[in-house]
Amino acid sequence: MVEHRRFGNLLPHLVLLAGVAVVAFPVYLAIIASTHDNTVIANGQMPLYPGSHALETYWNTIVSGAGRTTREPVGSMLMASFIMAVGIAVGKIAISILSAYAIVFFNFPFRMATFWTIFVTLMLPVEVRIFPTYKITSDLHMLDSYSGLILPLIASATATLLFRQFFMTIPKELVEASKMDGAGPIRFFFDTLLPLSVTNIAALFVILFIYGWNQYLWPLLITTRDDMQTIVIGIKKIIDVKDALTEWSVAMATAVLAMLPPVAIVVLLQRLFVKGLIETEK
Amino acid sequence: MENRAIFSGRLLACLLVFPQLAISLIFFYWPAAQALWQSFLVQDAFGLSTEFVWFENYVTLLKTPEYYHAIGTTFFFSLLVVFFSLAIGLLLAVMANRNIAGVQIYRTFLIIPYAVAPAVASVLFIFMFQPGLGMIARALQRNGIDWNPVLNGNHAMILIVIVAVWNQISYNFLFFLAGLQSIPKSVIEAAAIDGARPARRFWTIVFPLLSPTTFFLIVVNITYAFFNTLGIIDTATEGGPNGSTSTLVYKVFLDGKAGSDLGGSAAQSVILMIIVIGLTAIQFRYVEKKVHY
Repeated sequence: MVEHRRFGNLLPHLVLLAGVAVVAFPVYLAIIASTHDNTVIANGQMPLYPGSHALETYWNTIVSGAGRTTREPVGSMLMASFIMAVGIAVGKIAISILSAYAIVFFNFPFRMATFWTIFVTLMLPVEVRIFPTYKITSDLHMLDSYSGLILPLIASATATLLFRQFFMTIPKELVEASKMDGAGPIRFFFDTLLPLSVTNIAALFVILFIYGWNQYLWPLLITTRDDMQTIVIGIKKIIDVKDALTEWSVAMATAVLAMLPPVAIVVLLQRLFVKGLIETEK
Repeated sequence: MENRAIFSGRLLACLLVFPQLAISLIFFYWPAAQALWQSFLVQDAFGLSTEFVWFENYVTLLKTPEYYHAIGTTFFFSLLVVFFSLAIGLLLAVMANRNIAGVQIYRTFLIIPYAVAPAVASVLFIFMFQPGLGMIARALQRNGIDWNPVLNGNHAMILIVIVAVWNQISYNFLFFLAGLQSIPKSVIEAAAIDGARPARRFWTIVFPLLSPTTFFLIVVNITYAFFNTLGIIDTATEGGPNGSTSTLVYKVFLDGKAGSDLGGSAAQSVILMIIVIGLTAIQFRYVEKKVHY
């Protein structure tokens, strides 16, 4: 850009190609493995091009589950993951847009206390308070239920902070004008605030869907029923590192199916994803 | 915080904050308080009676060699993950910041790992590194390396570091790229006119100007390596062999699952909470500074 380069842009291309290769190769290999027969894979003779067993493998994986044990079909795991991911994303957005609305636009006692109470939850990831949270969920009879799976994961301060930040940029005049038109707080919320927040909501949805879909520890503890198993948990039961009998084609097909929804969202909604990522973290 | 309160319906306001407050109290504050309280108690073997023992659980914990081992493992693991994921992310971002053809396509590929769940990323790499059938494992064995992460602790550690770095590259790449794009071109051009070569321009101008981003990413990556790698470890090594890949978070998980020592397990959780609070505080001090800057 600044000066003439003797080798042009060769170096950046080479480095980026190497980066893409490192990033894409494991994914590529999983896709290839899901199209080959188990015995070919187990011999270590798997070629680097697709085989002919794709339909059979995916049918087995999605509909009937892996053969060796009585496993849940991956189709129902996908469903469970989907319900959890959407539940977390929608729930988090709903409760945080409401609380941010109250904190920015309302005058009520303990307003700052409320803000700080929510803010501090930023500091306690699920991982560090996992067993007491488990106990409470169990006391509330929410084990093996979607509410138990979703609720403890939706209260976090990040979304509230993002909405609060955005609401503070909305000019006061807009609210006054709306009030002059006779709009109350509820109408202002639905007619003015919500339409203005659409991009933020969408960006947040992308980030939260991925967050929800990729949850590991909480669903692992909270679900014991096979039909509620999410795909990220289910995959661990299909592979067994110490066991030579792992059905690798099924395992890899499951990995591909587990990656597909979040990867598709990130790639197709790239702009929203980057916006959401950079804004929720700052 | 600026007070721009405009509506005055107190009841409505309370209704609006109620869901989030209720969930925070039930699923955040109550469990955290429970962990804190439990860490001061000792329960007998049958769970029949409990006794308040002040800091005894912490003292016991700090006397067990395994705990120090887990601390060492966590620091070693985090150091490797933070260093490599930042270095690779920065290198790729610097290259993608050039005005070259196809940069959008490169970027699209490079953000894919972010979308892959840690546990699933583990599965992808287990497949490549599985002795006997994995492509890379076989290549290593052909070259005389007796690769076996199930038996060899160093191999297990290498495996989880690779997975964690791979999983985290996208994040660092995107933040470094955003940081690089916010550096004014004129500064770099001025240096070029003064005769500074690209490498020198990078280390004397670009890298220092990136330091807020780098600092932010170091904190975020430490948090990631400490807390978000549980899925990777549980899937790839289950903390083994012989605890060689058992980090502090993984140890809390294992000890809690075993369920024999509630007080000790709670004390471990409380120590982790203090670490998270410390890291978050550092992160916010930085944000604060940047805002005033």
